[in-house]
Amino acid sequence: MLYIFCPHCGSRSQNEFAYGGDATVKRPELNKEISDQEWNNFVYLRKSPRGKHLELWHHISGCRQWIKVERDTSTHEIFKTYKADELTE
Amino acid sequence: MSQDFRLDNIGMVNRNKKISFTFNGKKYFGYEGDTIASALIANGVHLVGRSFKYHRPRGFFGVGVDEPYAILQLERNNERDPNIRATEQEIFEGLEVKSVNCWPSVNFDIGAINNFLKMFFPAGFYYKTFMWPPSFWYKIYEPFIRMAAGFGEASIKHDKERYEHKYEYCDLLITGSGPSGLASAYAAAKNGARVILAEDKPRYGGSLLTSDVNIGNQTGAEWSEKIITELKSMSNVIVKNRSQVFGYYDHNMLVMSERISDHLPKTQKYLPKQRLWYIRAKEVLISSGSIERPLVFGNNDTPGVMLSSAAKEYIKVYGVLVGKKPLIFTNNDSGYETAIEFKKNGVNPLILDTRKEPSSDIITEAKNLGIEIKYSYVVVAAKGYKKVKSADIAKISDNKKDLSNIENIECDCICVSGFWTPSIHLASQSGNKSEFNEKIDAFIPKKSKQKENTIGSANGKFTLEETINEAFNKGYEVSNKITENNNKVSVPTVVEKKSTEHDKFWCVPLPKGKSYKRFLDFQNDVAVSDIELALREGFRSIEHVKRYTTLGMATDQGKTSNLNGLQLVSDIENKVVPQVGHTTFRPPYTPVSIGAIVGREVGKHSKPTRKSPMHEWHEKNNAVFVDAGVWLRPRYYKQGNETLFEASKREAKNVRKNVGVCDVTTLGKIDVKGPDAAEFLNRVYTNAWLKLPVGKARYGVMLREDGIVMDDGTTTRISENHYHMTTTTAQAANVLSHLEYYLQLVWPELNVNVVSTTEQWAGAAIAGPNSRALLMKLFPNTDVSNEGLPFMGYKEADLFGIPAKIYRISFSGELAYEVNVESDFGNFMWEKIIEVGKEFQIQPYGTEALSTLRIEMGHVAGSELDGRTIPHDASLEGLVSKKKDFIGKRSLSRSAFTKPDREKIVGVVPLDKTTSIPEGSYIVKDPKAKLPNPKLGHVSASCWSVEYDNPFSLAIIKDGKNMIGQKLFAMSPLKNKTIPVEIVSSHYVDPEGKRVRA
Repeated sequence: MLYIFCPHCGSRSQNEFAYGGDATVKRPELNKEISDQEWNNFVYLRKSPRGKHLELWHHISGCRQWIKVERDTSTHEIFKTYKADELTE
Repeated sequence: MSQDFRLDNIGMVNRNKKISFTFNGKKYFGYEGDTIASALIANGVHLVGRSFKYHRPRGFFGVGVDEPYAILQLERNNERDPNIRATEQEIFEGLEVKSVNCWPSVNFDIGAINNFLKMFFPAGFYYKTFMWPPSFWYKIYEPFIRMAAGFGEASIKHDKERYEHKYEYCDLLITGSGPSGLASAYAAAKNGARVILAEDKPRYGGSLLTSDVNIGNQTGAEWSEKIITELKSMSNVIVKNRSQVFGYYDHNMLVMSERISDHLPKTQKYLPKQRLWYIRAKEVLISSGSIERPLVFGNNDTPGVMLSSAAKEYIKVYGVLVGKKPLIFTNNDSGYETAIEFKKNGVNPLILDTRKEPSSDIITEAKNLGIEIKYSYVVVAAKGYKKVKSADIAKISDNKKDLSNIENIECDCICVSGFWTPSIHLASQSGNKSEFNEKIDAFIPKKSKQKENTIGSANGKFTLEETINEAFNKGYEVSNKITENNNKVSVPTVVEKKSTEHDKFWCVPLPKGKSYKRFLDFQNDVAVSDIELALREGFRSIEHVKRYTTLGMATDQGKTSNLNGLQLVSDIENKVVPQVGHTTFRPPYTPVSIGAIVGREVGKHSKPTRKSPMHEWHEKNNAVFVDAGVWLRPRYYKQGNETLFEASKREAKNVRKNVGVCDVTTLGKIDVKGPDAAEFLNRVYTNAWLKLPVGKARYGVMLREDGIVMDDGTTTRISENHYHMTTTTAQAANVLSHLEYYLQLVWPELNVNVVSTTEQWAGAAIAGPNSRALLMKLFPNTDVSNEGLPFMGYKEADLFGIPAKIYRISFSGELAYEVNVESDFGNFMWEKIIEVGKEFQIQPYGTEALSTLRIEMGHVAGSELDGRTIPHDASLEGLVSKKKDFIGKRSLSRSAFTKPDREKIVGVVPLDKTTSIPEGSYIVKDPKAKLPNPKLGHVSASCWSVEYDNPFSLAIIKDGKNMIGQKLFAMSPLKNKTIPVEIVSSHYVDPEGKRVRA
């Protein structure tokens, strides 16, 4: 079970969090003309990298904030965590 | 009673407390502190089971977790417990155990015929035998394998025992209380660290209990007693026995199972049977020790062949002799220590040493005691079927290939020592890549992966002096990183006998003309010949060899077999062991009961149960409850002998005719507040929200980005910047997370806050033609006329002194209102509604009637919004704005979602107007078409229409809007029914929606 540092609450066990997928995906702006292909990429296509991955976690049983976690997908090492609005390196 | 093999003056069992127990129906005695194994051996019993494949007789091989054979079935407190290791389970008064994998009895086992058919059971025989023909698999092979496989039988009764989970945090977790565990725990604890010391056996001390050593001016056992006593008295230390740390997981979390009551006749009040500890440790010291390695020779699985360290522990801890004519077969000095213990207790052993001319303190001592020793000698084969009766021994050539002078000598046990294997499983689970150490012929941990260090014999340190020094230093060093107290305790001096190098010999060659089975894996019946065969058949990777032959699998996990298996593979392949590598160690190290893993989360406790404030009223009024997510909701209120069908019909009818009241507290409620709230709702819902006036409610549908309907509900504008959103019961939590996602990550510029208020409000839906009349009596000071409170209107009102909110919304399709009060007043509100409603023939109605009402109205719910439907499919396309953008809108224009014959919701009525259509039925054109019959869609919900008094269903079918009026068939292969039906509009009752606006 991972031990995730929530920037709002401190280190908490994984079972307080829900996984939220790739944190680098950006939703297309509202009202923007967009091709089927682009939309398809946004909705369905995700990379599944081996190694460093910036991902979203939702502290559902804690502060209910979405946070960004930089984690190694093969070793589970967590390098850094960020608040939702914090700029990532 | 006499115990022929019990010694009088040695051992740690409590001689003042005799305990009786039964084994295979026969009564035996032991002492408090005995395990089943030690007590049976004291009584001269060695045959305890039959082996997995060949059903060969099985005895005892080890003395603790190392035991591969003696797995029994236990009866305790009317519960059945399979997979009990006789070497770990302590006896208690009234204990009942029996052998497994034998029929009709352990003495006469029919399955033993497999032993004579063994040429038909080679490695991989499952894969070879049960392949063909495929049709045999289901009826013949599988039942046969199921009957033959496995040890023991799990109980099918509900386990009444209590198991607990505990979360703990510490600076330092130390796994094992042998010399290295004790020393490091002591050093760390004295340096102020918060320490947990775990020992899997009942007694602390590990090898100190059986070794002839001194630490300071005390014996090893005395020293360990002193250290444990002091550790127990320290407030920063938790010491646990009967506790196995079986898994090392990510981020330094380890899991330990503590057997609290297994050694007692009955679980004590207020104590669980077992407790599972989730321990998050800053640092871990692995002091799990080492396990003696077997030597491989003919029939080395015969009862009476056992590890020499086990024989020594039976003498020194339990005061039990494993035999009176022992043969010690060793390639190192450890066997001599066992021989010396035999000799000291009046038994004359014979040592066969594979080495030519070794010399050391220990060997000298053995010689001085007059113990007979044969050098360059080996055991060729054990003789005897159910117990060792003699052994063929032989002189072995210097190159270890040739045997000579084969003779048979009498003996009643053979104690083997093939040197030691460090227990590196925890380090390996942590991610530590081990390395092969040539000096000890075994793998030891390499570089720490997580915050773990391995010490003592688990790290390949086999002298006490090295171990104690390393452990004191590591305990200090690791604790000081955390506490920075710099409090170092002095290291005591150690006195031990010096030993000399071991012999790298491990497997006795077969004499000419003999084909003895030489076992590597005792639990899974894997012999040398099986590995040889696997390699001949082309298996190379050690992981493949393992799976093909079952070497090192099951509960034993290769504790005694692992390294000998690797040796054999590397010998055949002309490689060295590190080239072959080892298989992956995975948790759990020892079996963990399912009960401990599940803990308290059993049955209704697996999830929290949520009850509405009116729950007690429902109970008192004969409500029959149904699980709705984690909520309990009244399904119907039973009157007399009513069935579910009759009751729900009555309740629904009463709503259509008079008035009913339904507890809707469980609906998700979310407060949406902030200056940008309207804009936010406009993006979340498919329909327009900017112009909703204060005091009005609106029905809305929200999508996922992929265009699928996520949820629906009404949202009311309470004030300028305040909205009250409702969600379905099931989706409440998901919707809140969804809203938070968009507010925090996608549109952080929107000034909006959302918070769940589900539990703050109690809700009652009042529905039916009499509902307004009732409302007028409930709220005499509020104008609830059609003009004062029109459809989709909202008002705050006073309910007999209690502030209430009235929403004129309807799920039943009748004139209806939803009244909310603060939860604490929920019951008051409910009782008032029932009391005042009497004159209007009010009846409470449950979820079953609620479903009936919404189905015949064609209102969609979870069974239609099932994660596969877009608004069009549920006839909600009218709510999809063409002007503005919203979550998921772009998906709706994708080609699959705009096909002209896209699925759509319809109503379904059986032609005979009497046969109910099972939910999940397929709608097909031709019931006799060849399978697979092309389906048009499925029936999503069924009810008995109270309006028309005939069955009615909703279905989502292809090109639904053009199918109305068609005669089709509903087929349920599950219920074996084919029902001719007519497709009608999904709005079966009041299609114009006059009633809700009346």
